[in-house]
Amino acid sequence: MDTQAESTLTIQTLPSYEMRSYRRKVKSIAIWSISFAALTFVMFIILDILLSVISKGVPGLSYNLIATQTSGIAGGLQNAILGTLLLIALSALISAPLGILAGIYIALYAPKRFGAVIRFFSEVLAGIPSIVIGYFGYMVMVLQWGMGFSALAGGISLSIIILPYIVRTTDASFRQIPKSYLEGAIALGMTPLMAMRTVLLKLATPGILTGVLLAVSIALGETAPLIYTAGWSNFDPNLQLVKNPVAYLTYVVWTYLNEPYHSAHQLAYTAALLLVMIVLVLHVLVRMLQRGSSKHA
Amino acid sequence: MLNARTRSRIFQVAAGIAAVSPLLVLLFVAGVLFVDAWPAFKFQGFSFFTGITWNMGNMYASNPIVHNGVEGAPGATFGILPFIVGTLGSSVIAMLIAIPISLLSAFALVYKIPHRYARWISSAVELLAGIPSVVFGLWGMVVLAPIVANQIGPWLSHFGKVIPFLAGPVGSGFGLLTSGIVLAMMVIPIITATSRDLIAQVSKLPIEGAQALGMTTYESVRHITFPLVRRGVIGAIILGWGRALGETMAVLMVSGNATNYLPTNLYSPISTMASTVAALLDGALTDFSKLSIHALALIAVTLLIITMITNLLARLLVQLGRRDVGTEA
Repeated sequence: MDTQAESTLTIQTLPSYEMRSYRRKVKSIAIWSISFAALTFVMFIILDILLSVISKGVPGLSYNLIATQTSGIAGGLQNAILGTLLLIALSALISAPLGILAGIYIALYAPKRFGAVIRFFSEVLAGIPSIVIGYFGYMVMVLQWGMGFSALAGGISLSIIILPYIVRTTDASFRQIPKSYLEGAIALGMTPLMAMRTVLLKLATPGILTGVLLAVSIALGETAPLIYTAGWSNFDPNLQLVKNPVAYLTYVVWTYLNEPYHSAHQLAYTAALLLVMIVLVLHVLVRMLQRGSSKHA
Repeated sequence: MLNARTRSRIFQVAAGIAAVSPLLVLLFVAGVLFVDAWPAFKFQGFSFFTGITWNMGNMYASNPIVHNGVEGAPGATFGILPFIVGTLGSSVIAMLIAIPISLLSAFALVYKIPHRYARWISSAVELLAGIPSVVFGLWGMVVLAPIVANQIGPWLSHFGKVIPFLAGPVGSGFGLLTSGIVLAMMVIPIITATSRDLIAQVSKLPIEGAQALGMTTYESVRHITFPLVRRGVIGAIILGWGRALGETMAVLMVSGNATNYLPTNLYSPISTMASTVAALLDGALTDFSKLSIHALALIAVTLLIITMITNLLARLLVQLGRRDVGTEA
């Protein structure tokens, strides 16, 4: 790397006779000023999005919102809140064990080539647009497998979307730990499983949790894979997971904005506010976990 | 009671099986899509990608027409050029806005903002990345579209004499430009965060050395950091582009949903491939010949292939970029 930096320097030599002239100083200051402006712009957009969601959404907050179900274009959001929680829970229940196991395997036990192959395909899976997963879920699960619009079809679609994220973060948090820890534990006579559980798991846990929380936050905000798998229902979800449509928050934001009624718009704004608030809480949790884990390392 | 060795063996096998799951899911999804898409490709051929007219035909008729051995509803013809143009157009506008803003922000974050503020700002940028796309869509509809219709659009249309594509009419604010701006806001955090991480890994020593030799801070970054992170930054840009290509909901909410014509100016309503699948799937189901559904599958396959290529290229470049700055051996 050092040699690379050196060669860069020699190739792009500045005219050395030119002293640190006024013009060069002005150019530097000008470009950094534009950079500050760009950063300020990004901050402004973030604030604008948050503030417009808050200012539009807050008037709709009331006890009724969480106590009643949607009826037509008015009412509360109880069904959507519970439905979103159910969908997230289902997708996490499917993806977390699978993804964490997969991550452990490719980080610790897999032959190098095999690990690289899985990592590669996992990234490919992560790059698939969510509407494509939605189409797949609809054609295969809803129609062909006869699940109908249901929590299970929606949950499985979401789990396909978040699986690669959980694999990636688990893999990364185990690979961060020096290889000698695992080798040392095995040299002391531990089995690979014991070594993983007693020595490595504790160090990797904050990273794994971070990944699961990020995955939950992604699942929470998805709409496209759910439109044609989860459907919509004006009633609270129940434990019948197939052939029983389920409501979710992002659907409210998407459809109710197009209704010509004020009450519908208000529901959409408030649903957006709830989504942003949950994302914000998850974000803070992730930050705290990351800070905690960086202190240990 | 199993002994420890056996348990460990069982665990490893189970984990190994789990590890294959992303691959299996990927193959299954891709397989289903390709099989579903095939009849539409047989029916329409390559004119699928070059045709302007998307017409699902008379879906309630009972006398299917047969073309290339595939049955379709009378009058059915599937051309997705407007969707391709909409997808590329909106994402290119998004990148034109996002690239300079993201890169300048990333460099400023690493080199000019004091560490404790930079941490907060980075955190806010990552929060932006986590905001659901429907919320971006909502912001686009409620806040941005009126601004585009009343301020940005009329101002840009003054340049219409020089660049005809910028000329009015500005329209309702729902269209190509608004979609592009909303997409830009969605990819800015991706490009900023990825390039910031790369830039932060560059060793400080050569930069300090360069400054000690009399370079300005800008010059030291331009001539030392930038060549080292160039590949990785290009990777980050393509990563963001892939996201813009596949985004569905936000675009669906602000694009104006046009079908069957190409955008005539910067403010024209558009549709993208992703938003079309979402918008038309419901209606396509009523097609008695099922061909409309196959045609949507073909859009999904096209999108899948494009985003796969961009993503792989991006991951590869980011990986190589990390090697350039020495974080990964």
